[in-house]
Order: sequence, then C-alpha cells, then structure tokens
Amino acid sequence: MKCTKCGGVAVIGMPQHRLQLCAEHFADWVPSMVQRAIEKYRMFTPEQRILVAVSGGKDSLTLWDVLIRLGYQTEGLYINLGITTEDYSDVSQQRVEAFAAQHGSLPLRVVNVRDTYGQATPDLARARRARGGRHTCSACGLVKRHIMNQVAHEGGYAAIATGHNVDDEAAVLVQNVLHWQASYLKRQAPVLPEAHGGLARKVKPLCHLYERETAAYAFVRGIEFAELECPYSVGAKTIFYKGLLNQLERRSPGAKSSFYLSFLQAKEQGLFTPDEEGEAVFGICRKCGQPTTAGDLCAFCRLWESMS
Amino acid sequence: MPVAKIVYRKKEWEVESGSTIRAVIEKLGLDPYSVLALRHKKLINDQTIIEPNDEIRLINVISGG
Repeated sequence: MKCTKCGGVAVIGMPQHRLQLCAEHFADWVPSMVQRAIEKYRMFTPEQRILVAVSGGKDSLTLWDVLIRLGYQTEGLYINLGITTEDYSDVSQQRVEAFAAQHGSLPLRVVNVRDTYGQATPDLARARRARGGRHTCSACGLVKRHIMNQVAHEGGYAAIATGHNVDDEAAVLVQNVLHWQASYLKRQAPVLPEAHGGLARKVKPLCHLYERETAAYAFVRGIEFAELECPYSVGAKTIFYKGLLNQLERRSPGAKSSFYLSFLQAKEQGLFTPDEEGEAVFGICRKCGQPTTAGDLCAFCRLWESMS
Repeated sequence: MPVAKIVYRKKEWEVESGSTIRAVIEKLGLDPYSVLALRHKKLINDQTIIEPNDEIRLINVISGG
C-alpha cells in the first residue's frame, strides 16, 4: 500500500476518503481535519483558552497533541475517578502527566474524586445501583460533566474540548434513533453552546475523524496512551453499536461519517420543529451554584447528599 | 512453513507467514476497522505481508467511552 501523496509506504488506508498515507503525511492530515472541523463549526479561536478534558486514552491525548500543534491555547483537565481495577485510574493519570511533562510542562489540572468528595466514582455508582439506580456509566458521566463544567466556569475557559470522534457520535446517534429520543437528538451536535449562566460551551474537534484514525495518529506521533479499557465498559451498548456501524462501514466505506454528518445537515435544514413548550426553566443549585432544572439541588449534589 | 506470532489482548497465535495482516485479522474473527497492527512498535497497514518470525501486535481501537 503506497502513500497517495508521496508513494512511500503507507501506514494506514482510509477507504472512506480513498486515501492511503505514510506516517509523515498522516501526521499532518489529522490536524488539517481537526482544523477544518474547528472552523466549520466555529468552535473557538486561537485567542481563546480551551480546557481539554483528558482521560489518558488515545482520543483525548490525540486531541491535546493536535491542538498544541495547531497553536491553540490549551490547559488539560484530568479527573481521577478512583477506578482501582487493574490500576485503571492511576495508570491513566500517569499517562496524562507524562504527556504534559514531555510537552514542556503543559498546564494540567487534576481533580481526584475520592479526595475531593470523599468517595470514588465506583463506590458512588454501586450505592446508587443498590437503591435501584442506573448503570455505573451513568454515575460516571454525571460526575465528569459536573466537574468539567465547574472547572471550566471557575477558570474562565472559552470552551471544554472533548475527544469524541465519529464512531462515538454515530453510536450515540444509533442509540438515540433506535429509541427515538427526540430531546437527545435535538441536543447532539459538535458544539453545545454556553447556557444558563453556568453551563460551559462544549466542543468536539475530533468529530470528523474515525476512532481508528485517532488511534493511528497516537501511534504515529509516539503518544503513550493508556491502552487499558475502562473495566466498566465491558459489555457496554456503545461498543455493540460501534461494531454494527463498522459492519456497515466495511460494506459501504464512508457510511458512518455520512450517517452522522448528514444528520447534522438535516438538523440545520429543519429536521426538528422548535419546542412548542419553550425552554426548560433553570434554577441555581443551592450547594454548588451550577444551573439545574431539578429543583434546588442539582443531580450531582443530590447524588452525594444521598450517600451521606 | 515459517511462522509468525500474532498478539492480541494478551492472547497469542502462531500463523503462517506470507499472508496479509488483513487476512489474519479476518481469520481471527476480528473487525478490521476495530484494530490496528504494530510491528516493532511501528504502525503498519493491513495489506502488509507477514514475514517469518514477525511478532505483530494487534491493538483494539474501539472504546466504550
């Protein structure tokens, strides 16, 4: 397989783009795709400070590396969830800290959930499930979103950037379509604007890249990411949906990308009618000060109060 | 017949050299869009021919979140 640009040995073939690239050209192609997404969706400008949510995995470290190379002002946020199985959280944190150190002591904030709130996320999730609550991932998502929002708001960042890629977005889209979750479909986008005086702007600069491409970039750039998968992700529906989408992609290269990008286009062209009932009413959580629709305590603070 | 070693998620297989990485991926029942192949820690494309005494590491790239 030869590089489409130079004829050298290709390291990756991308049938959906009819492109095969060597290491050097691929390492440049990925940032160009990210820059295109940043501009297309007006995510942020070079003058703005961006908080990059880094987990130690391939996507978030690829994102951080690309944004640095593109000249954006970034600071990292790592949330140690306290997952001790196979030292998952500690290994992930080491990878993030090593990346920051190797790139000239990049600014990095670390929030340890156990140290900050008294319990680790798996303990929280277990207690919640014992009371009839939902899967661990639900509690984990709630914790991460709250902390990201709090750090972004307090630090005055223009946006939180996360490493969501096409595979992630298409899998969520499949799930939301299968259950016709209209409210989630309306909100799914590469940019979630700042809202309600406290919900930070969220952007997904990798939204034009396949998961295989973000991983390949990390290997080509020599980024040492945590290869260990979250122990709680075993059997996750997301992985199942991604598998289905890859079967589709094998038969029809570009299908994943088309499914997701065509959805975004359809939304822009009026796929959904505006809400007739108007926007949800937001109050302020009396404990943490974040916006909430849930009464005087937000879901995050209610969760911790129920633990005590 | 000269063999090579394939490693995936702590499991190892011996395969005959001469076929492509892609053929081996499919023979193992894996999804070609879900894995990348490394030889000596370097990324290689899936049309690469496996050579005798190669040690190829397959990496799963699909995460659950």
